[in-house]
Amino acid sequence: MAEKISILIVDDEESVRDSLHNWFIEDGYDVERAENAKNALLMLESRKFDIILADIKMPGMDGMEMHRRIRALNKDTIVIIMTAFASVDTAVQALKDGAYDYVTKPFDPDDLSHLIRNAATQISLKAENEALKRKVSTLEDIDDLIGQSEAILKVLKQVESVAQSNSSVIITGESGTGKELVARAIHSNSARKYFPLISVHCGALTESLLESELFGHEKGAFTGAMFNRKGRFEMADGGTIFLDEIATISSKMQVELLRVLETKSFVRVGGNKEIASDFRVICATNRDLKSMVKSGNFREDLYYRLNVVNIAIPPLRERTEDIPLLVNHFIKKYCSSMSRDMISIDPAALKHLENFEFPGNVRELENMIERAIVIGNGREIKLRDLPMGKEAINSSVESLDELEKRHVEMILNKYAWNVSRSAKALNVDRVTLYNKIKKYNLKQQQ
Amino acid sequence: MVACGPFEKDFLKKIAQSAEKEFRVPVTIEENHVDLAPFYNPGRRQYDANKLLSFISDRSVNESVKVTGLFRVDLFIPILTYIFGQAMLNGRSAVASIYRLRNEMYGLKKNEELVLSRTTKEVIHELGHNFGLIHCHVQTCVMRSSTYVEDIDQKSQNLCPGCRDILDKK
Repeated sequence: MAEKISILIVDDEESVRDSLHNWFIEDGYDVERAENAKNALLMLESRKFDIILADIKMPGMDGMEMHRRIRALNKDTIVIIMTAFASVDTAVQALKDGAYDYVTKPFDPDDLSHLIRNAATQISLKAENEALKRKVSTLEDIDDLIGQSEAILKVLKQVESVAQSNSSVIITGESGTGKELVARAIHSNSARKYFPLISVHCGALTESLLESELFGHEKGAFTGAMFNRKGRFEMADGGTIFLDEIATISSKMQVELLRVLETKSFVRVGGNKEIASDFRVICATNRDLKSMVKSGNFREDLYYRLNVVNIAIPPLRERTEDIPLLVNHFIKKYCSSMSRDMISIDPAALKHLENFEFPGNVRELENMIERAIVIGNGREIKLRDLPMGKEAINSSVESLDELEKRHVEMILNKYAWNVSRSAKALNVDRVTLYNKIKKYNLKQQQ
Repeated sequence: MVACGPFEKDFLKKIAQSAEKEFRVPVTIEENHVDLAPFYNPGRRQYDANKLLSFISDRSVNESVKVTGLFRVDLFIPILTYIFGQAMLNGRSAVASIYRLRNEMYGLKKNEELVLSRTTKEVIHELGHNFGLIHCHVQTCVMRSSTYVEDIDQKSQNLCPGCRDILDKK
């Protein structure tokens, strides 16, 4: 149930205080009274009020001075100034000082009801807005940047400090290291988080398509342009634009991009009207842009315009201590999305992952875990569930006993522990198979 | 219900019956030929409802639990330009006036039925406050706040299920 709106009535006339008190109590508000400004300020030290109705003319401190002090304590409090002696100058001053309204006694009952109702609506909208902002913050705090290694902690620290600024950022790293995740983390921790993050995959588009995508186009600008279309720069107004694979853009696009970054304005394809847009730029690449500048394949002026801050994400093989955390994270993610009970990972399988090269980095690891959960049928991810598992099994087994044990177990699992069929497949009799089961202490997984 | 002015008996009886039906308590009618001069405010040219409320409260009218004074004069409280009625929340007394419930007040044709309907709703509304009910947001509930006569005409003279529930629990 929503909290009651609280009202403080400050007036030296008892009849006024009591009348207003009775009026508001009938509307279900939480109402208190103070006979002068000093007492009102004392009350405000111990509790907050949503709305304060204050008379101007009071002995001691007047309503205007009290209002100024209230604003200093809490600028969100709605203060309504009342007076029996209307004056334009005082009204203007009160409103300039931030009063919600200035009303003359006696009030028309309908006017009073509307005034308080509108103030109450403003308070509840503000509270709803704050709650939604908090919710957005929670949703955007995606902790997919998993890791405790020094390398990834350095990245997280860079994200934290760069997020607060408006500086352009280039994120570098091999494919699959999480460059877009870092871009999202920067955006969601910045002042622009309530505005869009617009992503553009520059490498996936031809030059002309990229131009139209970024700048938008006017109707008829080219064949197929049936309608006016907003570009990504326009959509990113107030927010962030993320240009992935920035190294793939043509020389012509580099020139156009530089102009947009410098003027923060552009013209749609086929148009002639300058459009302004306030956005922050984050780029990503897996190429060595500096070398490309040296070789003349990337403009130096654009490079320096974009590369105010550089965040380099290490490849997964350089932070293997993060693999267990990432594995647990992906297991949780996919078990949840597949509505499955949580499973664990066999230590041998985990060990193998930690020793794996991962040319595809975190993306490859995620893919492996998802596949293992889909094809696996136990409560534990085994080495055989991983794509390179068979080779690993073969390479890790050294003794004949170990080899035999694994083979017998594999056959039993294949035939769902039907001993007769398993024995037939192994070309042994049932007694021999039972002896092997006993010898290697094999158990059927539930 | 204390009639503090000349009212037709039938008029008072119908209001009393409606209030009885709504609150399921017996309602008796008394007449009181009170001199209203002491309650008059010449500056406002209206009658002080707070003082009248105290006056009504002080009258010992038999074993009635709640006392509602019905008037024909224009009522005010200091903070508002006018009121239709006033009651003590969870209290013993209430006042209501037909003065601003009459069509003639707004330059419209006289309509006695409408005055009866509006007065009935106003009396039930103020009695509702005496029984501890606050204003209700349900459009048709008699406890909905009314600042214009048109508001009174739009609501019914009955409590909504929510208010009925609150009343029954008291």
